Amino acid sequence: MALAAAGELRDGDVVFVGIGLPNLAVNLARRTHAPQVQLVYEAGIFGARPLRLPISIGDPCLVTGAVQVLPMAETFRFFLQGGRIDVGFLGAAQIDRYGNLNTTLIGDDYDHPKVRLPGSGGAAEIAWLAKKTVILLPQKRNKFPDRLDFRTSLGFHEGGRSRDALGAPGAGPERVITNLGVYGFDPDTREMVLEKIHPGVSLDEVRAEVGWPLSVREPLGTTELPGPDVLNLLREELDPKGIYLG
Amino acid sequence: MTGKLLSMKEAISRFVDDGDLVAAEGFTHLIPFAAGHEMIRQKKKDLVLCRLTPDVIYDQMVAAGLARKLIFGWIGNPGVGSLHAIRRAVEHGIPHAVEIEEYSHFGLLSRLEAAASGLPFMPLRNYTGTDLPSVNENIRTVECPFTGETLAAVPALAPDVAIIHAQRADTEGNTQVWGLLGVQKEVVFAAKKVVVVVEEIVEEDVVRADPNRTLVPGLVVDAVVEEPWGAHPSYAQGYYDRDNDFYVAWDETSRSVDALEAYLDEWVRGVSGRAEYVAKHGPGLGKRLRPESRPAGPVDYGLYR
Repeated sequence: MALAAAGELRDGDVVFVGIGLPNLAVNLARRTHAPQVQLVYEAGIFGARPLRLPISIGDPCLVTGAVQVLPMAETFRFFLQGGRIDVGFLGAAQIDRYGNLNTTLIGDDYDHPKVRLPGSGGAAEIAWLAKKTVILLPQKRNKFPDRLDFRTSLGFHEGGRSRDALGAPGAGPERVITNLGVYGFDPDTREMVLEKIHPGVSLDEVRAEVGWPLSVREPLGTTELPGPDVLNLLREELDPKGIYLG
Repeated sequence: MTGKLLSMKEAISRFVDDGDLVAAEGFTHLIPFAAGHEMIRQKKKDLVLCRLTPDVIYDQMVAAGLARKLIFGWIGNPGVGSLHAIRRAVEHGIPHAVEIEEYSHFGLLSRLEAAASGLPFMPLRNYTGTDLPSVNENIRTVECPFTGETLAAVPALAPDVAIIHAQRADTEGNTQVWGLLGVQKEVVFAAKKVVVVVEEIVEEDVVRADPNRTLVPGLVVDAVVEEPWGAHPSYAQGYYDRDNDFYVAWDETSRSVDALEAYLDEWVRGVSGRAEYVAKHGPGLGKRLRPESRPAGPVDYGLYR
Protein backbone atom coordinates (compact mmCIF):
# COMPACT_ATOMS: atom_id res chain seq x y z
CA MET A 1 0.00 0.00 0.00
CA ALA A 2 2.82 2.35 0.90
CA LEU A 3 4.48 1.76 -2.45
CA ALA A 4 1.28 2.31 -4.41
CA ALA A 5 0.59 5.50 -2.48
CA ALA A 6 4.14 6.75 -3.01
CA GLY A 7 3.67 6.09 -6.73
CA GLU A 8 0.82 8.57 -6.83
CA LEU A 9 3.20 11.44 -6.13
CA ARG A 10 5.08 13.35 -8.78
CA ASP A 11 8.36 15.03 -8.02
CA GLY A 12 7.74 18.57 -6.85
CA ASP A 13 4.17 17.90 -5.69
CA VAL A 14 3.02 19.84 -2.63
CA VAL A 15 1.43 17.21 -0.44
CA PHE A 16 -0.80 17.59 2.61
CA VAL A 17 0.25 14.73 4.85
CA GLY A 18 -1.87 12.99 7.45
CA ILE A 19 -0.94 10.49 10.10
CA GLY A 20 -0.63 6.82 9.43
CA LEU A 21 0.34 5.29 6.12
CA PRO A 22 0.42 8.63 4.27
CA ASN A 23 3.35 9.66 6.47
CA LEU A 24 5.29 6.56 5.40
CA ALA A 25 4.22 6.78 1.75
CA VAL A 26 5.27 10.39 1.37
CA ASN A 27 8.63 9.85 3.02
CA LEU A 28 9.18 6.81 0.79
CA ALA A 29 8.43 8.93 -2.28
CA ARG A 30 10.83 11.59 -1.06
CA ARG A 31 13.60 9.01 -0.77
CA THR A 32 12.93 7.36 -4.15
CA HIS A 33 11.36 8.93 -7.25
CA ALA A 34 10.20 12.25 -5.86
CA PRO A 35 13.02 13.87 -3.90
CA GLN A 36 11.52 17.33 -4.41
CA VAL A 37 8.12 16.44 -3.00
CA GLN A 38 7.17 19.12 -0.49
CA LEU A 39 5.50 18.01 2.69
CA VAL A 40 2.85 20.17 4.35
CA TYR A 41 1.52 19.01 7.70
CA GLU A 42 -1.74 20.54 8.91
CA ALA A 43 -0.06 21.18 12.27
CA GLY A 44 1.69 24.04 10.49
CA ILE A 45 4.86 22.77 8.87
CA PHE A 46 6.06 23.27 5.32
CA GLY A 47 9.00 21.35 3.85
CA ALA A 48 9.40 18.88 6.71
CA ARG A 49 12.48 16.63 6.71
CA PRO A 50 11.98 14.37 9.72
CA LEU A 51 14.92 12.23 10.87
CA ARG A 52 12.57 9.70 12.42
CA LEU A 53 9.07 8.54 11.46
CA PRO A 54 6.53 10.31 13.71
CA ILE A 55 3.38 8.64 15.06
CA SER A 56 1.64 12.00 15.27
CA ILE A 57 1.46 14.88 12.79
CA GLY A 58 2.82 17.35 15.31
CA ASP A 59 6.00 15.61 16.35
CA PRO A 60 9.06 17.79 17.17
CA CYS A 61 11.08 15.92 14.53
CA LEU A 62 8.88 17.53 11.88
CA VAL A 63 9.92 21.01 12.96
CA THR A 64 13.70 20.68 13.25
CA GLY A 65 15.13 21.07 9.76
CA ALA A 66 11.83 22.10 8.15
CA VAL A 67 11.65 25.10 5.86
CA GLN A 68 8.83 26.87 7.63
CA VAL A 69 6.57 26.74 10.68
CA LEU A 70 3.27 28.54 10.26
CA PRO A 71 0.29 29.11 12.48
CA MET A 72 -2.38 26.55 11.58
CA ALA A 73 -4.70 29.32 10.47
CA GLU A 74 -2.27 30.30 7.71
CA THR A 75 -1.62 26.69 6.73
CA PHE A 76 -5.31 26.17 6.11
CA ARG A 77 -6.00 29.59 4.58
CA PHE A 78 -2.93 30.22 2.45
CA PHE A 79 -1.85 26.70 1.53
CA LEU A 80 -5.08 24.72 1.38
CA GLN A 81 -7.82 27.27 0.70
CA GLY A 82 -5.31 29.24 -1.39
CA GLY A 83 -5.21 26.30 -3.81
CA ARG A 84 -1.58 25.31 -3.31
CA ILE A 85 -1.99 21.67 -2.31
CA ASP A 86 -1.46 19.26 -5.23
CA VAL A 87 -2.32 16.09 -3.35
CA GLY A 88 -4.14 15.48 -0.08
CA PHE A 89 -3.91 12.06 1.49
CA LEU A 90 -6.96 10.91 3.43
CA GLY A 91 -7.95 7.88 5.44
CA ALA A 92 -11.50 6.86 6.29
CA ALA A 93 -13.58 4.47 8.32
CA GLN A 94 -16.06 4.18 5.45
CA ILE A 95 -16.04 5.08 1.77
CA ASP A 96 -18.91 4.87 -0.71
CA ARG A 97 -18.87 4.26 -4.45
CA TYR A 98 -18.44 7.96 -5.22
CA GLY A 99 -15.50 8.40 -2.86
CA ASN A 100 -17.46 10.24 -0.16
CA LEU A 101 -15.96 9.50 3.25
CA ASN A 102 -17.13 8.86 6.80
CA THR A 103 -14.85 9.47 9.79
CA THR A 104 -17.57 10.64 12.20
CA LEU A 105 -19.67 7.74 13.47
CA ILE A 106 -20.97 4.23 12.97
CA GLY A 107 -24.70 3.97 13.64
CA ASP A 108 -27.81 5.83 12.61
CA ASP A 109 -28.20 8.36 15.39
CA TYR A 110 -25.73 11.21 15.76
CA ASP A 111 -26.73 11.72 19.40
CA HIS A 112 -26.41 8.04 20.28
CA PRO A 113 -23.75 6.64 17.98
CA LYS A 114 -22.89 2.98 18.05
CA VAL A 115 -19.24 3.93 17.63
CA ARG A 116 -18.03 7.50 17.86
CA LEU A 117 -15.17 7.95 15.37
CA PRO A 118 -12.61 10.79 15.53
CA GLY A 119 -14.46 13.22 13.28
CA SER A 120 -13.16 15.37 10.47
CA GLY A 121 -9.91 16.92 11.67
CA GLY A 122 -8.64 18.45 8.45
CA ALA A 123 -10.39 15.90 6.22
CA ALA A 124 -13.52 17.87 5.25
CA GLU A 125 -11.50 20.79 3.97
CA ILE A 126 -8.78 18.65 2.35
CA ALA A 127 -11.46 16.73 0.43
CA TRP A 128 -13.02 20.00 -0.76
CA LEU A 129 -9.92 22.10 -1.41
CA ALA A 130 -6.91 19.95 -2.39
CA LYS A 131 -6.38 19.76 -6.16
CA LYS A 132 -6.84 16.00 -5.85
CA THR A 133 -6.97 13.44 -3.07
CA VAL A 134 -5.68 9.91 -2.63
CA ILE A 135 -7.52 7.76 -0.10
CA LEU A 136 -5.86 4.97 1.85
CA LEU A 137 -7.83 2.48 3.91
CA PRO A 138 -8.05 -1.24 4.67
CA GLN A 139 -10.62 -3.05 2.58
CA LYS A 140 -13.52 -4.69 4.36
CA ARG A 141 -17.13 -4.88 3.25
CA ASN A 142 -18.36 -2.79 6.19
CA LYS A 143 -15.88 -0.09 5.22
CA PHE A 144 -17.18 -0.08 1.65
CA PRO A 145 -20.93 0.18 2.31
CA ASP A 146 -23.63 0.99 -0.17
CA ARG A 147 -24.55 3.97 1.99
CA LEU A 148 -22.36 5.84 4.50
CA ASP A 149 -23.54 6.18 8.09
CA PHE A 150 -22.43 9.82 7.98
CA ARG A 151 -20.83 11.93 5.28
CA THR A 152 -17.85 13.75 6.76
CA SER A 153 -15.90 14.57 3.60
CA LEU A 154 -17.12 15.06 0.05
CA GLY A 155 -15.99 12.87 -2.84
CA PHE A 156 -18.02 12.95 -6.03
CA HIS A 157 -21.26 13.56 -4.14
CA GLU A 158 -24.04 11.73 -6.06
CA GLY A 159 -21.80 10.96 -9.05
CA GLY A 160 -21.70 12.43 -12.54
CA ARG A 161 -21.18 16.21 -12.49
CA SER A 162 -22.80 16.68 -9.09
CA ARG A 163 -19.54 17.58 -7.32
CA ASP A 164 -18.73 20.20 -9.94
CA ALA A 165 -22.25 21.60 -9.67
CA LEU A 166 -21.57 22.31 -6.00
CA GLY A 167 -18.64 24.49 -7.04
CA ALA A 168 -15.87 22.39 -5.50
CA PRO A 169 -12.49 24.14 -5.80
CA GLY A 170 -10.63 20.81 -5.79
CA ALA A 171 -11.14 18.02 -8.31
CA GLY A 172 -11.83 15.31 -5.73
CA PRO A 173 -10.54 11.78 -5.21
CA GLU A 174 -8.32 10.34 -7.91
CA ARG A 175 -7.24 7.07 -6.34
CA VAL A 176 -8.29 4.73 -3.57
CA ILE A 177 -5.62 2.35 -2.33
CA THR A 178 -6.42 -0.61 -0.09
CA ASN A 179 -4.67 -3.77 1.02
CA LEU A 180 -6.41 -5.61 -1.84
CA GLY A 181 -6.04 -3.27 -4.78
CA VAL A 182 -6.01 0.16 -6.37
CA TYR A 183 -9.08 2.02 -7.65
CA GLY A 184 -9.68 4.98 -9.90
CA PHE A 185 -12.94 6.77 -10.74
CA ASP A 186 -14.90 6.55 -13.97
CA PRO A 187 -14.51 9.88 -15.82
CA ASP A 188 -18.27 10.12 -16.51
CA THR A 189 -20.17 8.36 -13.74
CA ARG A 190 -17.47 9.19 -11.12
CA GLU A 191 -18.02 5.75 -9.69
CA MET A 192 -15.09 3.82 -8.17
CA VAL A 193 -13.45 1.38 -10.61
CA LEU A 194 -11.00 -1.36 -9.66
CA GLU A 195 -7.89 -0.80 -11.78
CA LYS A 196 -5.22 -2.97 -10.24
CA ILE A 197 -5.27 -5.93 -7.92
CA HIS A 198 -2.44 -6.83 -5.54
CA PRO A 199 -0.48 -9.99 -6.42
CA GLY A 200 -2.03 -13.06 -4.81
CA VAL A 201 -5.47 -11.49 -4.42
CA SER A 202 -8.42 -12.80 -6.45
CA LEU A 203 -11.17 -10.68 -7.99
CA ASP A 204 -13.77 -12.67 -6.02
CA GLU A 205 -12.01 -11.70 -2.80
CA VAL A 206 -12.21 -8.04 -3.73
CA ARG A 207 -15.88 -8.20 -4.79
CA ALA A 208 -16.71 -9.85 -1.46
CA GLU A 209 -15.35 -6.80 0.36
CA VAL A 210 -17.36 -4.18 -1.54
CA GLY A 211 -20.95 -3.36 -0.59
CA TRP A 212 -22.11 -2.48 -4.12
CA PRO A 213 -21.74 -4.10 -7.56
CA LEU A 214 -18.11 -3.30 -8.25
CA SER A 215 -16.97 -1.89 -11.59
CA VAL A 216 -13.77 -3.47 -12.81
CA ARG A 217 -11.47 -2.11 -15.50
CA GLU A 218 -10.71 -4.27 -18.53
CA PRO A 219 -7.93 -5.31 -18.59
CA LEU A 220 -7.34 -5.49 -14.85
CA GLY A 221 -3.76 -4.64 -13.89
CA THR A 222 -1.58 -5.94 -11.07
CA THR A 223 0.20 -3.67 -8.62
CA GLU A 224 3.93 -3.77 -8.40
CA LEU A 225 5.51 -5.51 -5.44
CA PRO A 226 8.25 -3.50 -3.75
CA GLY A 227 11.69 -4.64 -4.93
CA PRO A 228 14.47 -5.47 -2.46
CA ASP A 229 15.87 -1.89 -2.51
CA VAL A 230 12.54 -0.37 -1.59
CA LEU A 231 11.80 -3.06 0.98
CA ASN A 232 15.14 -2.37 2.57
CA LEU A 233 14.49 1.36 2.58
CA LEU A 234 11.08 0.79 4.16
CA ARG A 235 12.14 -1.71 6.79
CA GLU A 236 15.63 -0.56 7.69
CA GLU A 237 15.56 3.20 7.34
CA LEU A 238 12.08 4.65 7.21
CA ASP A 239 10.15 2.41 9.57
CA PRO A 240 12.72 0.39 11.53
CA LYS A 241 10.39 0.08 14.52
CA GLY A 242 7.61 -1.24 12.31
CA ILE A 243 5.18 1.45 13.43
CA TYR A 244 3.38 1.35 10.10
CA LEU A 245 4.61 -1.86 8.56
CA GLY A 246 4.10 -4.03 11.61
CA MET B 1 5.71 37.57 43.34
CA THR B 2 4.82 40.43 41.01
CA GLY B 3 1.24 41.03 39.87
CA LYS B 4 0.89 38.50 37.09
CA LEU B 5 3.35 35.86 38.24
CA LEU B 6 1.31 33.29 40.13
CA SER B 7 1.59 29.71 41.25
CA MET B 8 -0.37 27.19 39.18
CA LYS B 9 -2.72 26.68 42.10
CA GLU B 10 -3.48 30.40 42.35
CA ALA B 11 -3.77 30.95 38.59
CA ILE B 12 -6.28 28.13 38.13
CA SER B 13 -8.19 29.07 41.26
CA ARG B 14 -8.52 32.71 40.21
CA PHE B 15 -9.01 32.42 36.47
CA VAL B 16 -10.99 29.22 35.87
CA ASP B 17 -14.56 29.32 37.16
CA ASP B 18 -17.07 26.48 37.16
CA GLY B 19 -19.10 26.63 33.96
CA ASP B 20 -16.36 28.44 32.02
CA LEU B 21 -15.61 27.80 28.37
CA VAL B 22 -11.96 26.75 28.66
CA ALA B 23 -9.55 26.50 25.72
CA ALA B 24 -6.32 24.80 26.82
CA GLU B 25 -4.66 24.88 23.40
CA GLY B 26 -1.48 23.58 21.85
CA PHE B 27 -1.62 21.40 18.73
CA THR B 28 0.38 18.32 19.76
CA HIS B 29 3.06 20.77 20.97
CA LEU B 30 2.93 22.74 24.24
CA ILE B 31 -0.25 21.19 25.59
CA PRO B 32 -0.77 22.58 29.12
CA PHE B 33 -1.11 19.26 30.95
CA ALA B 34 0.00 20.65 34.31
CA ALA B 35 -2.84 23.20 34.15
CA GLY B 36 -5.27 20.43 33.22
CA HIS B 37 -4.15 18.40 36.20
CA GLU B 38 -4.61 21.39 38.51
CA MET B 39 -8.14 21.87 37.22
CA ILE B 40 -8.79 18.22 38.13
CA ARG B 41 -7.28 18.69 41.59
CA GLN B 42 -9.45 21.77 42.17
CA LYS B 43 -12.51 19.80 41.02
CA LYS B 44 -13.66 22.41 38.51
CA LYS B 45 -17.02 21.46 37.03
CA ASP B 46 -19.53 22.04 34.22
CA LEU B 47 -16.74 23.22 31.97
CA VAL B 48 -17.14 23.59 28.22
CA LEU B 49 -13.82 22.27 26.95
CA CYS B 50 -12.64 23.53 23.59
CA ARG B 51 -9.61 22.25 21.63
CA LEU B 52 -9.04 21.45 17.97
CA THR B 53 -8.00 18.00 19.16
CA PRO B 54 -9.02 17.16 22.76
CA ASP B 55 -5.94 14.95 23.17
CA VAL B 56 -5.22 13.06 26.37
CA ILE B 57 -5.54 16.25 28.43
CA TYR B 58 -9.30 16.44 27.86
CA ASP B 59 -9.64 12.66 27.97
CA GLN B 60 -8.35 12.92 31.54
CA MET B 61 -10.54 15.91 32.42
CA VAL B 62 -13.66 14.29 30.95
CA ALA B 63 -12.93 11.07 32.87
CA ALA B 64 -12.58 13.14 36.04
CA GLY B 65 -16.06 14.58 35.47
CA LEU B 66 -15.09 18.18 34.82
CA ALA B 67 -16.80 18.63 31.46
CA ARG B 68 -20.40 19.21 30.47
CA LYS B 69 -19.55 19.86 26.83
CA LEU B 70 -16.77 19.37 24.31
CA ILE B 71 -16.07 21.58 21.26
CA PHE B 72 -13.59 20.03 18.84
CA GLY B 73 -12.41 19.22 15.32
CA TRP B 74 -11.00 15.72 15.86
CA ILE B 75 -11.14 13.36 18.85
CA GLY B 76 -8.41 10.76 18.86
CA ASN B 77 -5.05 9.72 20.25
CA PRO B 78 -2.83 10.54 17.25
CA GLY B 79 -1.38 7.47 15.60
CA VAL B 80 -2.69 5.27 18.41
CA GLY B 81 -6.49 5.14 18.34
CA SER B 82 -9.46 6.47 20.30
CA LEU B 83 -9.68 8.67 23.38
CA HIS B 84 -11.59 6.07 25.35
CA ALA B 85 -12.85 8.23 28.22
CA ILE B 86 -14.34 10.72 25.77
CA ARG B 87 -15.89 7.89 23.75
CA ARG B 88 -17.42 6.41 26.91
CA ALA B 89 -18.91 9.80 27.76
CA VAL B 90 -20.30 10.32 24.26
CA GLU B 91 -21.44 6.73 23.64
CA HIS B 92 -22.57 5.72 27.14
CA GLY B 93 -22.72 8.84 29.31
CA ILE B 94 -19.91 7.69 31.62
CA PRO B 95 -19.19 9.35 34.10
CA HIS B 96 -21.99 11.58 32.84
CA ALA B 97 -23.34 12.68 29.47
CA VAL B 98 -21.18 15.18 27.63
CA GLU B 99 -22.65 17.39 24.92
CA ILE B 100 -20.57 17.75 21.77
CA GLU B 101 -20.24 20.45 19.16
CA GLU B 102 -18.01 19.44 16.31
CA TYR B 103 -16.36 21.17 13.41
CA SER B 104 -13.35 20.41 11.29
CA HIS B 105 -9.99 21.98 12.17
CA PHE B 106 -10.49 24.75 9.64
CA GLY B 107 -13.95 25.55 10.97
CA LEU B 108 -13.01 25.70 14.63
CA LEU B 109 -9.86 27.73 14.10
CA SER B 110 -11.92 30.11 11.97
CA ARG B 111 -14.27 30.67 14.93
CA LEU B 112 -11.31 31.68 17.11
CA GLU B 113 -9.91 33.90 14.35
CA ALA B 114 -13.21 35.71 14.07
CA ALA B 115 -13.30 36.46 17.80
CA ALA B 116 -9.62 37.45 17.85
CA SER B 117 -10.34 39.83 14.95
CA GLY B 118 -13.39 41.44 16.50
CA LEU B 119 -15.68 40.02 13.82
CA PRO B 120 -19.02 38.26 14.33
CA PHE B 121 -18.20 35.41 11.92
CA MET B 122 -15.58 34.07 9.54
CA PRO B 123 -16.30 32.83 6.01
CA LEU B 124 -14.48 29.80 4.62
CA ARG B 125 -14.76 27.42 1.67
CA ASN B 126 -15.97 24.18 3.21
CA TYR B 127 -18.72 21.73 4.25
CA THR B 128 -20.74 21.77 1.01
CA GLY B 129 -22.36 18.39 0.46
CA THR B 130 -21.36 17.03 3.87
CA ASP B 131 -23.52 16.08 6.87
CA LEU B 132 -21.69 18.34 9.36
CA PRO B 133 -24.01 21.36 8.96
CA SER B 134 -27.00 19.11 9.69
CA VAL B 135 -25.63 18.31 13.16
CA ASN B 136 -24.12 21.70 13.95
CA GLU B 137 -26.33 24.76 13.57
CA ASN B 138 -23.26 26.98 13.93
CA ILE B 139 -22.11 25.95 10.47
CA ARG B 140 -24.13 28.11 8.12
CA THR B 141 -23.69 29.80 4.77
CA VAL B 142 -23.29 33.36 3.62
CA GLU B 143 -23.47 34.96 0.19
CA CYS B 144 -20.43 36.96 -0.86
CA PRO B 145 -21.62 40.56 -1.43
CA PHE B 146 -19.16 40.96 -4.29
CA THR B 147 -19.12 37.69 -6.23
CA GLY B 148 -22.47 36.27 -5.15
CA GLU B 149 -20.87 32.91 -4.37
CA THR B 150 -21.96 30.92 -1.35
CA LEU B 151 -19.43 30.38 1.39
CA ALA B 152 -19.61 28.56 4.71
CA ALA B 153 -19.75 30.78 7.80
CA VAL B 154 -18.97 30.07 11.44
CA PRO B 155 -19.59 32.44 14.37
CA ALA B 156 -16.93 34.00 16.56
CA LEU B 157 -15.93 31.97 19.60
CA ALA B 158 -14.46 33.84 22.57
CA PRO B 159 -13.40 31.40 25.31
CA ASP B 160 -13.87 32.55 28.90
CA VAL B 161 -10.31 31.48 29.56
CA ALA B 162 -7.42 30.42 27.32
CA ILE B 163 -4.53 28.47 28.80
CA ILE B 164 -1.34 27.99 26.80
CA HIS B 165 2.10 26.60 27.50
CA ALA B 166 5.25 28.19 26.07
CA GLN B 167 9.01 27.99 26.35
CA ARG B 168 9.50 31.37 28.01
CA ALA B 169 7.95 34.64 29.06
CA ASP B 170 8.86 37.60 31.20
CA THR B 171 6.91 38.47 34.33
CA GLU B 172 4.59 40.72 32.32
CA GLY B 173 3.53 37.75 30.21
CA ASN B 174 5.34 38.72 27.02
CA THR B 175 5.55 35.16 25.72
CA GLN B 176 7.90 33.57 23.21
CA VAL B 177 7.36 30.31 21.39
CA TRP B 178 9.28 28.29 18.84
CA GLY B 179 8.16 25.10 17.17
CA LEU B 180 4.53 24.46 16.33
CA LEU B 181 2.28 27.43 16.98
CA GLY B 182 -1.05 25.67 16.57
CA VAL B 183 -3.83 28.14 17.28
CA GLN B 184 -2.23 29.58 20.40
CA LYS B 185 -2.09 33.16 19.14
CA GLU B 186 -5.69 33.08 17.93
CA VAL B 187 -7.06 31.58 21.14
CA VAL B 188 -5.20 34.07 23.31
CA PHE B 189 -6.47 37.09 21.39
CA ALA B 190 -9.98 35.63 21.34
CA ALA B 191 -10.27 34.81 25.04
CA LYS B 192 -11.52 36.98 27.88
CA LYS B 193 -8.91 35.75 30.36
CA VAL B 194 -5.48 34.29 29.58
CA VAL B 195 -3.16 32.11 31.61
CA VAL B 196 0.32 31.47 30.21
CA VAL B 197 2.42 28.63 31.63
CA VAL B 198 6.14 28.57 30.77
CA GLU B 199 9.22 26.41 31.10
CA GLU B 200 11.14 29.43 32.31
CA ILE B 201 10.73 33.07 33.23
CA VAL B 202 13.24 35.34 31.54
CA GLU B 203 14.17 39.00 31.82
CA GLU B 204 12.30 41.51 29.70
CA ASP B 205 15.59 42.22 27.84
CA VAL B 206 15.64 38.66 26.52
CA VAL B 207 12.22 39.12 24.99
CA ARG B 208 13.01 42.55 23.61
CA ALA B 209 16.19 41.24 21.96
CA ASP B 210 14.06 39.07 19.61
CA PRO B 211 10.62 40.61 19.04
CA ASN B 212 9.81 38.33 16.07
CA ARG B 213 9.72 35.40 18.46
CA THR B 214 7.06 36.93 20.70
CA LEU B 215 3.76 35.14 20.13
CA VAL B 216 1.70 36.79 22.83
CA PRO B 217 2.09 40.26 24.29
CA GLY B 218 1.68 40.66 28.03
CA LEU B 219 -1.12 43.09 27.20
CA VAL B 220 -3.54 40.18 26.81
CA VAL B 221 -2.14 38.00 29.59
CA ASP B 222 -3.67 37.83 33.06
CA ALA B 223 -1.42 35.30 34.72
CA VAL B 224 2.03 33.81 34.15
CA VAL B 225 3.03 30.54 35.78
CA GLU B 226 6.55 29.13 35.79
CA GLU B 227 6.18 25.35 35.53
CA PRO B 228 9.07 23.33 34.05
CA TRP B 229 7.84 20.12 32.36
CA GLY B 230 4.38 21.65 32.41
CA ALA B 231 3.52 20.18 29.02
CA HIS B 232 4.52 16.55 29.70
CA PRO B 233 3.49 14.09 28.13
CA SER B 234 3.24 16.64 25.34
CA TYR B 235 6.47 18.47 24.57
CA ALA B 236 8.26 21.81 24.43
CA GLN B 237 10.43 22.18 21.32
CA GLY B 238 14.07 22.14 22.35
CA TYR B 239 13.33 21.28 26.00
CA TYR B 240 11.89 17.77 25.99
CA ASP B 241 10.48 15.27 23.53
CA ARG B 242 6.88 14.16 23.17
CA ASP B 243 6.45 11.14 25.45
CA ASN B 244 5.18 8.89 22.66
CA ASP B 245 5.45 5.84 24.96
CA PHE B 246 3.01 7.51 27.35
CA TYR B 247 0.54 8.22 24.56
CA VAL B 248 0.74 4.61 23.37
CA ALA B 249 0.33 3.28 26.93
CA TRP B 250 -2.63 5.61 27.48
CA ASP B 251 -4.66 3.56 25.04
CA GLU B 252 -4.74 0.63 27.43
CA THR B 253 -5.05 2.72 30.60
CA SER B 254 -7.99 4.69 29.27
CA ARG B 255 -9.92 1.63 28.08
CA SER B 256 -10.68 0.80 31.71
CA VAL B 257 -12.56 3.19 34.00
CA ASP B 258 -10.72 1.72 37.00
CA ALA B 259 -7.27 1.91 35.45
CA LEU B 260 -7.87 5.51 34.45
CA GLU B 261 -9.10 6.42 37.95
CA ALA B 262 -6.03 4.72 39.42
CA TYR B 263 -3.82 6.80 37.12
CA LEU B 264 -5.55 10.03 38.18
CA ASP B 265 -5.37 9.08 41.86
CA GLU B 266 -1.66 8.41 41.65
CA TRP B 267 -0.36 11.02 39.21
CA VAL B 268 -2.87 13.87 39.44
CA ARG B 269 -4.72 13.85 42.74
CA GLY B 270 -1.84 12.16 44.56
CA VAL B 271 0.65 14.94 43.83
CA SER B 272 0.51 18.53 45.02
CA GLY B 273 1.66 19.90 41.69
CA ARG B 274 3.86 19.46 38.64
CA ALA B 275 7.13 19.61 40.61
CA GLU B 276 6.08 16.59 42.65
CA TYR B 277 4.83 14.86 39.47
CA VAL B 278 8.27 15.33 37.89
CA ALA B 279 10.13 14.20 41.00
CA LYS B 280 7.92 11.12 41.11
CA HIS B 281 9.02 10.21 37.58
CA GLY B 282 12.63 10.31 38.68
CA PRO B 283 15.73 11.16 36.62
CA GLY B 284 14.66 8.71 33.91
CA LEU B 285 12.25 11.27 32.51
CA GLY B 286 14.95 13.73 31.54
CA LYS B 287 17.25 10.98 30.36
CA ARG B 288 14.61 9.57 28.09
CA LEU B 289 13.12 12.78 26.75
CA ARG B 290 15.77 15.49 26.53
CA PRO B 291 16.80 15.97 22.90
CA GLU B 292 20.28 16.73 21.58
CA SER B 293 20.97 20.38 21.09
CA ARG B 294 20.23 22.03 17.73
CA PRO B 295 20.35 25.81 18.18
CA ALA B 296 19.47 28.23 15.41
CA GLY B 297 21.94 30.99 14.48
CA PRO B 298 21.44 34.38 16.11
CA VAL B 299 20.00 37.16 13.99
CA ASP B 300 21.07 40.77 14.13
CA TYR B 301 18.23 43.31 14.44
CA GLY B 302 20.69 46.21 14.34
CA LEU B 303 20.85 49.10 16.74
CA TYR B 304 19.27 52.24 15.32
CA ARG B 305 19.88 55.45 17.20
